[in-house]
Amino acid sequence: MTLSAYIEGIGLLGPGLSNWPSSRAVLGGQQPYQPGKTVLPAPALLPAAERRRCGAIVKLTLATGLEAVAAAGLAAASLPSVFSSSGGDGESCHIICEMLASSDRQISPTRFHNSVHNVAAGYWSIATGAMTPSSVLSAFDASFGAGLLEALSQVAVDDTRSILLACDTVYPEPLYSARPIPDAFGIALVLSPQRSARTLAQITVSLTDANADAGADRFDDDALEGLRTAIPAARGLPLLRAIALGQAQRAVLDYLDGTRLAVAIVPC
Amino acid sequence: MNPLWLSHFTATSSIGRGLDQTLAALRGRRGGLAPCAFDTVDLATFIGEVAGVDALQMPAHLADYDCRNNRLALLGLTQDGFDEAVRAASAKYGAQRIGLFLGTSTSGILQTERAYRRRDPASGALPADFDYRCTHNTFSVADFTRHYFGLTGPAVVVSSACSSSAKVFASARRMMATGLIDAAVVGGVDSLCLTTLYGFNSLGLISEQACRPFDAQRNGISIGEAAAFALLERSPEHLEADAVLLLGVGESSDAHHMSSPHPDGLGARMAMQDALSMAGLQPSDIDYINLHGTATQSNDAAESKAVRQLFGPGTPCSSTKGATGHTLGAAGGVEAVICALALRHGLLPAGLNTRQLDPALELDYLLENRERPVARVLSNSFGFGGTNCSLVFGRADSLVNELVNKP
Repeated sequence: MTLSAYIEGIGLLGPGLSNWPSSRAVLGGQQPYQPGKTVLPAPALLPAAERRRCGAIVKLTLATGLEAVAAAGLAAASLPSVFSSSGGDGESCHIICEMLASSDRQISPTRFHNSVHNVAAGYWSIATGAMTPSSVLSAFDASFGAGLLEALSQVAVDDTRSILLACDTVYPEPLYSARPIPDAFGIALVLSPQRSARTLAQITVSLTDANADAGADRFDDDALEGLRTAIPAARGLPLLRAIALGQAQRAVLDYLDGTRLAVAIVPC
Repeated sequence: MNPLWLSHFTATSSIGRGLDQTLAALRGRRGGLAPCAFDTVDLATFIGEVAGVDALQMPAHLADYDCRNNRLALLGLTQDGFDEAVRAASAKYGAQRIGLFLGTSTSGILQTERAYRRRDPASGALPADFDYRCTHNTFSVADFTRHYFGLTGPAVVVSSACSSSAKVFASARRMMATGLIDAAVVGGVDSLCLTTLYGFNSLGLISEQACRPFDAQRNGISIGEAAAFALLERSPEHLEADAVLLLGVGESSDAHHMSSPHPDGLGARMAMQDALSMAGLQPSDIDYINLHGTATQSNDAAESKAVRQLFGPGTPCSSTKGATGHTLGAAGGVEAVICALALRHGLLPAGLNTRQLDPALELDYLLENRERPVARVLSNSFGFGGTNCSLVFGRADSLVNELVNKP
């Protein structure tokens, strides 16, 4: 059983990776990977009040999502969406837990609504005007795979385009030690049921039995491989590498313990 | 859509463990809200607490998952033979052919709140026994359930605040339609914690009384906790007359505000309309609406507008949050089960605590139970971030009548 879609736009932002076009040569191995801190742009699309209030997960989601939508030449408001991340806004969570452990439990209302797992989905809808269905998911380290399956299901069953926004951000200490995600990283993919002039590649995904398989694709570069294993959304990087290489091939992505996703990629 | 069969379902909330107690409470109009004495909370409010959660023992091999949310999940899973039904389905279809879709808003964050009180005074570190992955992380309840049943198929948590466990039906429907899975365990689990109690309090949305949905004097929510589950299977050729089917799902986003609904209920109306369209039904086909009905000023006003625009003022409706409290990420699941009970037993449950209906809301809001045949119902779940989901359920014999009545 397989699920298939056409990729029409890609957004990418992470440590040393500032967008998809400039990262292609790095992922394809033609240029060395230069690690660096993720630079999150201010979300210009949000009204001033919301722009001030929003955290890293919102900035990251908007940046990667808008890059993918622009590349696909589409209006964000028209797209059903899938948001997938291991956790929500780590800083809000930390500050709330700190206050709740103190003698002053009067947390700020903005801090509270920013702490919901679907905060990025809410701000995305406000920023883009999208009134479309959105699925907001978590599957811990399997979040990229879970998001990809959900988006492919939307495409296949509802016969619609869909945007996948897989993003993870950092917890401050002391939660950082319990969940050491080193930096913000996001991948956005615009997926379509049909081929178009903008199509970059067709992908066909199936579940694999981990026992019968050699394991997920890795990177030879230690820093890139470190990124892939340390950040849930970066488990999707082997898929982007395959697209960057521009040849028909198969990528295997980490998913749940005991199950991986095999992706057949055909450049268009 | 092809109707999906809720072959097994169960709910555990402050009004009861499992279906019999839940139905008896609805029939007897007994609520589960009581003055808050949870943990160290010093707020004057009512909560819907599930009794006995602290006393539960986790299975030894899943001890790492021990937290209030997963204990509540375990309590819910072991009611009404649901546990056995999932294991039988796993044997029938194969463990990799069953998807797992659970909703929660705060997962096991209570564990982290408590760990922050025990930080190392010198280093600030969390205590060594704190397990982020198995308790706090949003996926924890699905991870626990997956291991509990030995399921190996797709598994995910949907966490879109108070629409979470309605949305799981949408995700499960799609994945079943792709053919990737043959059955789905869906549901919602959310448990009491300080983040939501103090958080909703900071927004001025917590009532100091037991919440009064659609009342002229309503002034906020009462937070509850619950675990509700359903096993979804493809509809077999022959079903009992009172079998419960998922007929339609509608989803939308408000694109309006993080913590208040679109004032005219535009997103809510779109979700209800899409659910009806997917079911191939007209508003007049719906016998009862289980409202989101949180008892905040803004939700009930916006939701009543949306319902009135689509259904007119005549469709019987109520919010069962006066009984259970607002169980947040579990609300969609609990209310789906209440809808299933309404269909099976011909009961339109009255809303509790509502003394004087708000005349501005103009709906047939039930203040007394009605006993009458119920063929099709709609359930609303809306959440922070402007996320909306409506579900349509029907009895199997309503589909037969449909075919008879429509040549």
